Amino acid sequence: MALAKTNAKANAETPAKIPDFSKEQDLASYRDMLLIRRFEEKAGQMYGMGLIGGFCHLYIGQEAVVVGMQMALKKGDQVITGYRDHGHMLACGMDPKGVMAELTGRRGGYSKGKGGSMHMFSVETGFYGGHGIVGAQVPLGTGLAFTNTYRGNKNVCLTYFGDGAANQGQVYEAFNMAELWKLPVVYVIENNRYAMGTSITRASAQVDLSRRGLSFNIQGEQVDGMDVRAVKAAGEKAVTWCREGNGPYILEMMTYRYRGHSMSDPAKYRTREEVEDVRAHHDPIEQVRHRILEKKFTNEDQLKKIDAEVRERVNQASEFATHDPEPDASELWTDVVR
Amino acid sequence: MPIEVLMPALSPTMEKGNLAKWLKKEGDAVKSGDVIAEIETDKATMEVEAVDEGTLGQILVPEGTADVAVNTPIATILTDGESSSSTKNTKSAKSAPPAKKSETPEPKSASAPAAPAQQSMSDPDLSAGTEMVTMTMREALRDAMAEEMRRDETVFVMGEEVAEYQGAYKVTQGLLQEFGPKRVIDTPITEHGFAGLGVGAALGGLKPIVEFMTFNFAMQAIDQIVNSAAKTLYMSGGQMGCSIVFRGPNGPAARVGAQHSQDYSAWYSHIPGLKVIAPSTAADAKGLLKAAIRDPNPIIFLENEILYGQSFPVPKLDDFVLPIGKARVARAGSHVTIIAWSMGMTYALKAAEELAKEGIEAEVIDLRTLKPMDSDTFIASVRKTGRAVTVEEGWQQNGVGAEIAARIMEQAFDYLDAPVARVSGKEVPMPYAANLEKLALPSVAEVVEAAKSVCYR
Repeated sequence: MALAKTNAKANAETPAKIPDFSKEQDLASYRDMLLIRRFEEKAGQMYGMGLIGGFCHLYIGQEAVVVGMQMALKKGDQVITGYRDHGHMLACGMDPKGVMAELTGRRGGYSKGKGGSMHMFSVETGFYGGHGIVGAQVPLGTGLAFTNTYRGNKNVCLTYFGDGAANQGQVYEAFNMAELWKLPVVYVIENNRYAMGTSITRASAQVDLSRRGLSFNIQGEQVDGMDVRAVKAAGEKAVTWCREGNGPYILEMMTYRYRGHSMSDPAKYRTREEVEDVRAHHDPIEQVRHRILEKKFTNEDQLKKIDAEVRERVNQASEFATHDPEPDASELWTDVVR
Repeated sequence: MPIEVLMPALSPTMEKGNLAKWLKKEGDAVKSGDVIAEIETDKATMEVEAVDEGTLGQILVPEGTADVAVNTPIATILTDGESSSSTKNTKSAKSAPPAKKSETPEPKSASAPAAPAQQSMSDPDLSAGTEMVTMTMREALRDAMAEEMRRDETVFVMGEEVAEYQGAYKVTQGLLQEFGPKRVIDTPITEHGFAGLGVGAALGGLKPIVEFMTFNFAMQAIDQIVNSAAKTLYMSGGQMGCSIVFRGPNGPAARVGAQHSQDYSAWYSHIPGLKVIAPSTAADAKGLLKAAIRDPNPIIFLENEILYGQSFPVPKLDDFVLPIGKARVARAGSHVTIIAWSMGMTYALKAAEELAKEGIEAEVIDLRTLKPMDSDTFIASVRKTGRAVTVEEGWQQNGVGAEIAARIMEQAFDYLDAPVARVSGKEVPMPYAANLEKLALPSVAEVVEAAKSVCYR
């Protein structure tokens, strides 16, 4: 299978052993990933009930990427991504209630209901959106990294984009400037193998996206994006590289989305076996769960307790998002200019 | 309590679908993410995944059923320890209301609330003894940037050739020497990229001045200007804005052909979230550029290459700032109102002189800011004169002149003695040949003729 093969290759290039997680790290990453999974399942359900409208891109399957990367960050670092952004927001520590209420277009949403699934921001937690034009966040994230250099702080901007966005021209304009000016930006390419319905092999001349920065002298590596430990280790290496003033770094996260591109995508461009295989053998949450039990960090009952707590948080979010009122009509005219 | 599985909507427009197939049967264990059924619409077949863990209790809609309405319960899932006999007491998933409509307060009226009124502003009073200095538009723009960069450390300028080359049109002359390469940044030829990078820096709290060598090249960057710069404040519910100035020469220069001779006044002034400024004098350029740099919103600052070298009196003041969104009466008159901006003012003022020789006193209004547009000033003038002519180098269809004419029609219809006349660039790509280029552009003669025609002379 492609995922395993590329991982093997990546591991061969970067032979560093994946360091084990402590009990606390395993449990924390389990909880954080599970929150995203349950949140997204609930969002899918609420979409099905008509409570969420428009576009809704679920992150199910890719949870290890944001959770692992977030473990490599410190306060003041920035995160920016495209439209598949719910997981990034939750990983940044944004309140699930505010995120879900934005999905339902209610006044308690992060953007007062005026942004929607693809457009949320939180200066407080360092989340800079939430951008709907494929690839547009790449120059934006590079600009956020520029502010770090300009201000002389040691912060880093994580700029996420997908295998589809990797073919946008502005990505390479940004790569050029980032390396030219040694900007502290980690480009995290979430390669989930499909740009909407087009597989990477049908869209990309160079399918090893970690090499896409080579002509700008930007180093990159492929990472098993289904293993939160591998993500964190690679993230720390990349972030340190940036903090030390060496310029940008590319991490290609080999990952997979279980659901369609958006809610209305039946995903007929891949087989059920392919999806089932990833779920059965590479699921990021099951991997941690298995490890936790194997190492006897805790027992089934305790994990069930975590599951119940996470489910309760998500239920509270959906309750809030269902009953919170829509924005006042006067909000139509606010925030156009200030 | 068993949890109901509802018929899901596959898209925002779906109202019903067919239940094609059950992949689990009653009594089967299911866990979150398991595919339990397939549903079909005319467009697609989709899988229904279980969101909860438990046992499939009762199938309420058998496979093969057509036209099942969205949100109809199609099955129940029993959680730990429940038996299927309790299905009578089914309730919807905890957070799921039976229908969304009842939860959503309906607005009292379908009509949108009125747009907020524009504030009226005025230029700062210049005391009678204010000294005036003569300087070119180019120098005024440079001074405005330099003054604001001295005042605010977060202001920086970036663009092609702005630093070492001293500006492709020498507008940034001397800035590198004074502020250094950290704040005066030469970019690669990469408009889409550096416009986006600038917007990102603005989202991060800096105040970039992004110079486009000309606005013709900014079409490469217009997605970042419109989608990222202009909309973020609104999309974030006011949480995150973008204080940035995009500036550079706009409109036809001379003999540079079709791709380098376009006026973007109408393009940018169409976009909510942007402010668009297009000055015609050095004083306005200085006062408005300083205001633009301080403004917390994204600003399009349209300059003009032909005006760069022209000299004008500029007040010698430490801090000369003009209000954005305020037109200026450049010449008073009582017979006809001529409305223009930027290079259009050159034609308008010369035409007014010609008209005066024939006894027609034209009032010439320089819009200065295209968005927000100061209708009050030209409406007041048209109510006085009863006649109006607009002048622009851009094309006529959907142009700024069309907007001005519409506003006059809406707000001064009863005062009009003649239909509004529009003088504009001809709707052709700019020709290169000198004679054709001249024909394609508006001319003083055309403005004179239009003014006379609305005066029925």
